[in-house]
Amino acid sequence: MSAQSLPQAPTQRRLPRINPVYVLVAALIIAIVVMNPAFGEPTGYMNYLKRVAALAILSAGALYVIVSGGFDLSVGSIMTLTVIGSSMLASNDPNSTYWIIPLMLGIGAVVGLINGLVVSYLKVPSLIATLGMMISLNGVAFMWSGGAPRGYLPDTFRFFGRYNITDIPLITLLPIAVICLVGFGLLLWWGMHRTNFGRMLHAVGDNPQAARLAGVPVERVRISAFVVSALTAVLAGVILGGRAGVSVDIGSGFELQAITAAVIGGAQLLGGRGSVPATIAGALALEAIFTLLNLLGLAQPVRLVVQGLILIGAVALATYQRKRAGQ
Amino acid sequence: MKTVLVAAAVFGMLTGAAFSQAPNFDDPEEFAKQREQLTATFNGPADQMYLQYAGDAMVDTAAFKKEAPWTVCFSNAGVNNPWRVVGYTNMTEEVKLHPEIGTFTHVDAEGSDDKQIADIDDLLAGGNCDALIVSPNSTAALTPAVEKACAAGLPVIVFDRGVTTDCPVTFVHPVGGYGFGIQAAEHIIANVPAGGKVLMLRILPGVDVLETRASGARNMFKEVGLEVLGEEFTDGDNAKTKSIVEDYLQRGTIDAVWMDAGATAVAAVEAFEDQGVDIPVVTGEDQQDYLQKWRDLGFKGIAPTYPSYQWRTAIIAAVQTLKGEQVPGPEWVLPQPAITQDVLDQYINEKMPPLHYAMCGCEDMPTYPNAWGGTE
Repeated sequence: MSAQSLPQAPTQRRLPRINPVYVLVAALIIAIVVMNPAFGEPTGYMNYLKRVAALAILSAGALYVIVSGGFDLSVGSIMTLTVIGSSMLASNDPNSTYWIIPLMLGIGAVVGLINGLVVSYLKVPSLIATLGMMISLNGVAFMWSGGAPRGYLPDTFRFFGRYNITDIPLITLLPIAVICLVGFGLLLWWGMHRTNFGRMLHAVGDNPQAARLAGVPVERVRISAFVVSALTAVLAGVILGGRAGVSVDIGSGFELQAITAAVIGGAQLLGGRGSVPATIAGALALEAIFTLLNLLGLAQPVRLVVQGLILIGAVALATYQRKRAGQ
Repeated sequence: MKTVLVAAAVFGMLTGAAFSQAPNFDDPEEFAKQREQLTATFNGPADQMYLQYAGDAMVDTAAFKKEAPWTVCFSNAGVNNPWRVVGYTNMTEEVKLHPEIGTFTHVDAEGSDDKQIADIDDLLAGGNCDALIVSPNSTAALTPAVEKACAAGLPVIVFDRGVTTDCPVTFVHPVGGYGFGIQAAEHIIANVPAGGKVLMLRILPGVDVLETRASGARNMFKEVGLEVLGEEFTDGDNAKTKSIVEDYLQRGTIDAVWMDAGATAVAAVEAFEDQGVDIPVVTGEDQQDYLQKWRDLGFKGIAPTYPSYQWRTAIIAAVQTLKGEQVPGPEWVLPQPAITQDVLDQYINEKMPPLHYAMCGCEDMPTYPNAWGGTE
């Protein structure tokens, strides 16, 4: 936020500063292609993008809350609720999708609004407020389903997460999920980096006091961030449910993965800094790590250790770079 | 502070699946015994599998005879997966069939050993139970609690996972984990030529009933020379299952997928379907979504079962005990049939929920199918 105001002498010897997450993703993908040339084929990389779409959209939405200086731990439970609720309501009727998705978005918006109101006006720390919301929503989903899925998702609903447009020149196939990823990714990028709202988000996260004095409606900005986050969680739920089908704990763990993706992408956990494209790259990196370790054929325990180390390394590197750059 | 919390949480996420020190899950004697029991003839009425039992050993329960109405207490490991949801419904509906049971007290340990031990203590301290049914969360941890209940003079019925004491009246369980693994492996061996490649998908390591399924199958594959491509843990997660199968498919062909439980079998099938690859042998379990997928796509499936009707049997055993009747014991071994192509259609019921376990033995109950979430 503040770099532009200080005139700096251009140093020519320095390499252009690239967010390390892009290097990480590139390195992981090159490694995957070397290990498995089939990944370079459209079915290979499109499958990978399709798989990552839900997490990428979710992380980009969760970033709004992180940039504003909060956490949203309720997103995973919103995904679960979306999938369970949709399967309960659909009762195998393919025409139901057209009202179910808007309804779920409505529910998501209400959840986000409540999160935002609790954090802004009741002054409950967002970690606790959204943790409470997570527990409650998991309870709601459990009560609704009785602990086991009670219905299927119709094919019209699964369309977004599962189907591919085939016979496209050059790339042969294009999953709908990838179109969603690009579309919502652009929308979220625009909202964060090209609007006044995005600037206010950064300001609130950086220093809420200063932002308030500068006339930023801090509460409204925070609440909007939670609403955006909750809405993307519903979208991610639709895509993930489409890809994988119904299970009762489908969204569990996604809240932490989303935060991880944002952090790998260089977002600052205390707010004020973060980039949508880098967060999406963070999600790509997480999934690439999973794919790569799978390809290496390591045993599960070893894989977990390596996965953890790569994550810590990536975040440490990002922090180190930032420190050196004096930001 | 926030940073530390999240860092801790993120790290926790990544190391979540802990390793566990495995006791002997590869016991050739038990393997052979279960293999034999799979094809043995069971005593009891042919059309009520939940009443059948292997062998003729009976336990005399005259000492526990009591005037009705009784209070039957049940300490449950948890209702934390769809199989247990179906099982618990079987149980509560069975209770309704016995007017002698005045009160049925259910305490849910929510998957925690500690809570279950405390639950059993509370039930004993309450002093109201005439019989105690225990579905242990884990074998070793719950053994002392069960012994304590026996020592208090209560008739104890254990079912599903066992305990290492013979003080309960009987231990109700189907043939077992090896049996499940054997049924799935035999089907694969019969349908895949020698040298074929098998992907083994498992939920998680360290659980006895699942470990024995895997070790039984692994040995059989080795014996006939099938190549095991890998053993992967899915955490019971559909998305992860699909990703794993897709990744393996990218690296080469798969001739069979062996699964230690069926909840994510449909996701594995879909991975082949979405790639436009012919669906190989994919084993599953008796839940409706898999059975229907198998019928619709016509691949070579099989559904070994871990019958949820054992939840009914546990109540029946408690009732027989309190009546002072003879009860099959000290182990009441129930049949454990596999659903094969020939009988597939008779287990499919599209009006039941996707994860309804078809081998519930519950079709003859008056509240079927509504109580199980089905529609008439």
